Amino acid sequence: MSTPTITASVTITGETIPRVELTPVAVDLLRSLWEEHGPLMFHQSGGCCDGSSPMLFMAGEFITSDQDVRLGQFDLAPPGEPGQPLDFWMSAEQFNYWSHTFITVDVVPGRGSGFSAEAPRGVRFLIRSELMTTMTPFAGPTDTVEADAADSPAPVVAS
Amino acid sequence: MTVYAAPGTPGSKVTFKSRYENWIGGEWVAPVKGQYFEDITPVTGKPFAEVARGTAEDIELALDAAHKAAPAWGKTSATERAAVLNRIADVIDANTEMLAVAETWDNGKAVRETINADIPLAADHFRYFASAIRAQDGDHAQLDGDTVSYQFHEPLGVVGQIIPWNFPILMAVWKLAPALAAGNAIVLKPAEQTPVSILVLMELIGDILPPGVVNVVNGFGLEAGKPLASSNRIRKIAFTGETTTGRLILQYASANIIPSTVELGGKSPNIFFSDVAQEKDAFYDKAQEGFVLFAFNQGEVCTAPSRALLQKPIYDSFLGDAVTRASKIIQGNPLDTDTQMGAQASNDQLEKILSYIDIGTKEGARLALGGERADLGGDLTDGYYVQPTIFEGHNKMRLFQEEIFGPVLAVTSFTDYDDAISIANDTIYGLGAGVWSRNGNVAYRAGRDIQAGRVWVNNYHAYPAGAAFGGYKSSGIGRENNKLALGHYQQTKNLLVSYSENKLGFF
Repeated sequence: MSTPTITASVTITGETIPRVELTPVAVDLLRSLWEEHGPLMFHQSGGCCDGSSPMLFMAGEFITSDQDVRLGQFDLAPPGEPGQPLDFWMSAEQFNYWSHTFITVDVVPGRGSGFSAEAPRGVRFLIRSELMTTMTPFAGPTDTVEADAADSPAPVVAS
Repeated sequence: MTVYAAPGTPGSKVTFKSRYENWIGGEWVAPVKGQYFEDITPVTGKPFAEVARGTAEDIELALDAAHKAAPAWGKTSATERAAVLNRIADVIDANTEMLAVAETWDNGKAVRETINADIPLAADHFRYFASAIRAQDGDHAQLDGDTVSYQFHEPLGVVGQIIPWNFPILMAVWKLAPALAAGNAIVLKPAEQTPVSILVLMELIGDILPPGVVNVVNGFGLEAGKPLASSNRIRKIAFTGETTTGRLILQYASANIIPSTVELGGKSPNIFFSDVAQEKDAFYDKAQEGFVLFAFNQGEVCTAPSRALLQKPIYDSFLGDAVTRASKIIQGNPLDTDTQMGAQASNDQLEKILSYIDIGTKEGARLALGGERADLGGDLTDGYYVQPTIFEGHNKMRLFQEEIFGPVLAVTSFTDYDDAISIANDTIYGLGAGVWSRNGNVAYRAGRDIQAGRVWVNNYHAYPAGAAFGGYKSSGIGRENNKLALGHYQQTKNLLVSYSENKLGFF
């Protein structure tokens, strides 16, 4: 059976729609890394050299706090197997600017990534993003670009 | 123009070894586990050398060597250490082209930048800290007639340093020079994307330093960086990189109760007030160039001016001129001195940049220039090249909020001074900023009101030794590139001395 896409369960209070998913290649890689390292967690990084990328750590290695938001929880385990929960975190201040986007975790060939666990494999987790159709935290300022610019961005439209 | 011969071809300024070991205790030491990884040049996307894949065991060896060297090095006089730093600077200057070509091959950046900026700045940085340590005084206070408080600077001992890949040699030197000047021994881990150029530098300067004073262990973050950062055998950890790893390093530091300086991300605003365009003169030309500096170093700079804020009255005309100028950026072989923009440092970096171009489009930003991978053909066809890209949008878009670390500029407009400052400060970061105005009062006020550690006024992307560099907000803790950095590598010893023969009288 081919590896499925896995969608995270909803973990933000009051929300009903998932925010994060894994591509099949990401699922395969994560299952393999789980075998090597045991339980894992993601924390989405902010900027600079290896940044703006999801960092994969041993579960609990990165200490989260009230300054972080848990966007969702994946279960890497195949159906019927014992659960393999993997949380996806992001800093709360960063989430303020991301909250309108649905995140897909993918994998690309690459080198290096802070302390992220996949780097020695010669690959790198990568975020792909879609605008969410029903989330409404994203309200761009009415004064966009400039008055005579092309049609103002219509942010709450799925691509 | 000059086109430097590619390493591995006749006439190249640099000859890489096929395999690099770790530099520990003044000699090359094979990694304990015997594993190596390939270093890929972004210029062609092809591997060119093998590098030690260091692990915790190698970090321990390096820490052993550093601990052995630290006591004697820490007792040397400032005069002696300054002389060593000056000798290092001289050797760098004598090998500028060789180091520049090595750096370009490792990182992908244009050789005109490594020759004119990275390498000369590295040499100057050593000289600056040679001077700074000579000029540093201790402190004393006469607390009363018989009591004097003396304050001495002492080295911390052994420190860890983790280096980014965007200016591999220069960023290493930013950390090495103050730490050495202050009398510390160092274990340094370069970035795994650019592990070799620092080793080429060590081949040149290694014998100037006593064995073990500087140790370089390569490897992946998880396997070599983490054992270094979390070690209880270091007295300080310095890091440049992204925010999550920065937080993790601060967590490790807290576990060991040691200081940590972290230089993290940025999303720097570059603000152009209307008066820059009141004349189409040299200053206007300079401001236009200042806008296009988003493409400097392929945008791989923590302080890249990645958000341009243009005042409404000049928005169309200034942007039009700037887009035309940016469209003329010469992309090509990074070893050609005419090339203005080279390759992104790695494939995943390239992919990430393209993913941001994608989300920018989805969010409704308007593409004004570029937006695609650049295929330069020939040997460069598999290299990691991206077109200079300019988007128009608004500051709530992710394009405006996240550090892309590529040649992607997000442009928006502002109405007045307050609007400009509000947009400029609407970011989690506070590393760099630019302000352009012919009105000194406006420029000064804006420079003070922007919450960032470095505000360039009527210039951008200058990094002279002496000008303190570091972040506000989520951009980090600490200052480099200035004598303030000495304090990050020193303990304060207070001797409180009584010159009185009389007892206290309490007991």
